[in-house]
Amino acid sequence: MNGNEVVRITEVVREGKGVTTLRFELDRTVRPGQFFMVWVPGVDEVPMSASYNGKVKGITVKDIGEATGALCSLNVGDLIGVRGPYGKGFAQPHGVYLVVGGGTGIAAVMPAIEMAKDRSIVDVAFGARSGSEIIFEERARRSSDNVMISTDDGSHGYHGTVVAMVDEMLAKRSYSQIIACGPERMLYYLLQVCKKHGVECQMSLERFMKCGSGLCGSCVIDGRRVCADGPIFLGREIDEMDEFGRSKRDETGRIIKL
Amino acid sequence: MNSLRTVLARVVLDNPTMLASGMMGETGASLTKVAAAGAGAVVTKSVGIEPRTGYINPTLFETDGYYVNAMGLPNPGMDAYAEEMKLARASKVPIFASVFAASIKDFISVSSKMEEYGANAIELNLSCPHAKGYGMEMGIDPDIVHDIVKEVKGSVKIPVFAKLTPNTHRLVEVGLAVEKAGGDGIVAINTVKAIAISVEFRRPVLSNIYGGLSGPAVKPIGLRSVYDLYGKVSIPIIGVGGIDDWRDAMEYIMAGARAVQVGSAIGRKGLGVFEDVKTGMRDYMEANGVKSISDLVGVANERK
Repeated sequence: MNGNEVVRITEVVREGKGVTTLRFELDRTVRPGQFFMVWVPGVDEVPMSASYNGKVKGITVKDIGEATGALCSLNVGDLIGVRGPYGKGFAQPHGVYLVVGGGTGIAAVMPAIEMAKDRSIVDVAFGARSGSEIIFEERARRSSDNVMISTDDGSHGYHGTVVAMVDEMLAKRSYSQIIACGPERMLYYLLQVCKKHGVECQMSLERFMKCGSGLCGSCVIDGRRVCADGPIFLGREIDEMDEFGRSKRDETGRIIKL
Repeated sequence: MNSLRTVLARVVLDNPTMLASGMMGETGASLTKVAAAGAGAVVTKSVGIEPRTGYINPTLFETDGYYVNAMGLPNPGMDAYAEEMKLARASKVPIFASVFAASIKDFISVSSKMEEYGANAIELNLSCPHAKGYGMEMGIDPDIVHDIVKEVKGSVKIPVFAKLTPNTHRLVEVGLAVEKAGGDGIVAINTVKAIAISVEFRRPVLSNIYGGLSGPAVKPIGLRSVYDLYGKVSIPIIGVGGIDDWRDAMEYIMAGARAVQVGSAIGRKGLGVFEDVKTGMRDYMEANGVKSISDLVGVANERK
């Protein structure tokens, strides 16, 4: 059952600079990496990764536009429409794995950290431009013995990009797989680093999405639907995509160079 | 001999399953993926003169039994679609170009372009139930349908199919108008005009208010439409509406469809639906000693 439902917001948490988490009860099974289509009546309906996938679900929203702004201004007791969850989730890697989150991409990978059977098999690398944009650090530490933080401006943790930090982490410990979500630029370079170290990865991709349900084809990348065939793709699949890191499509389907 | 081989006008399909318009047809690469998944032919998303963004979300309302959607005919416009057709042509299955327009002149322009890009047939969208000035607003009038089909037929060499709306009591008249105008075939049905209401928010869900009903709920309406048309027109009919599995597809064939289009099931079941339908059809035919799928077309009409 993925159909439209209306839920009441039970908790609102300000996570960091312009980032808000909305919690709500929804009796559906959600795998790490899956997303909802979230409706704010009169405004828009947008895809949002589940940042909490237990009994009380959650989405974590950065205020970057009309729909996200409207979501961030909601209060406890307010209603939102949800449908889903949609998409394939992250598969549980065999053995030790590393979870990489960049910016609000951290929200989407958080459940993939918490799916680890014990704290020693999952390491974490979070990155953002500045320390105030790092979210869920404490939450990650509850599920992992090794949480590394990077900031572009050096205000918190490693001074540099998360990709540079991961490059160093991969040299120190061997991982069966990398799980990642973040801006496409980050993922593009992360893929190169994964290839350099010979590690397979699962990455959550993003494209302009309309139906969210695998029908309309608006969100395709190289003919694959991000909503239904993704949003999680394997590194080797992504590596074969002509459009990854190079182009996306606008609302009409026209190609835009990245 | 390939028991599923199907001929629509002059277009030869390896099997009678087709991708319905509006599903994954926005890009050449996704059409190619659908072809690789086993579809006998693919239909592009409806393409118009100019780029269109479509409606703002929500554009889809979903339940287990049906969808209501109003995408709003988003498309990159006929010029940009050249690139997609170039890619799609690599797929080796016939490509039906779905065309929408607000005037006969524009129908001709877009259809001619799509022919130039290598489309194997035109599918005129005379049936979108929710876009102002397009689709069903023309498609419920037999005279207008006649004129559009006749003029487009006069302008392209490839076969021209008309996709019709069930949102009229004059469906058979419209079908006869397509045939009289020289149309090569009929595609029935497009979605059924519908709305969805949110009780909690006390308002329609879709941003456009009106949308089109699709999925399993519309199958009986599609079957009735094909059945009625089969008795009256002699041009091929392509059945579409709520096909989820081979049995649904076979029902359409027996009602009178020469081929079937699959749309909503792609979201519900994934692209494997094409192979499932084909396998089920083959098994049925083998178990019942049927040599060619064409022997089953319209058989239900013979038992009244």
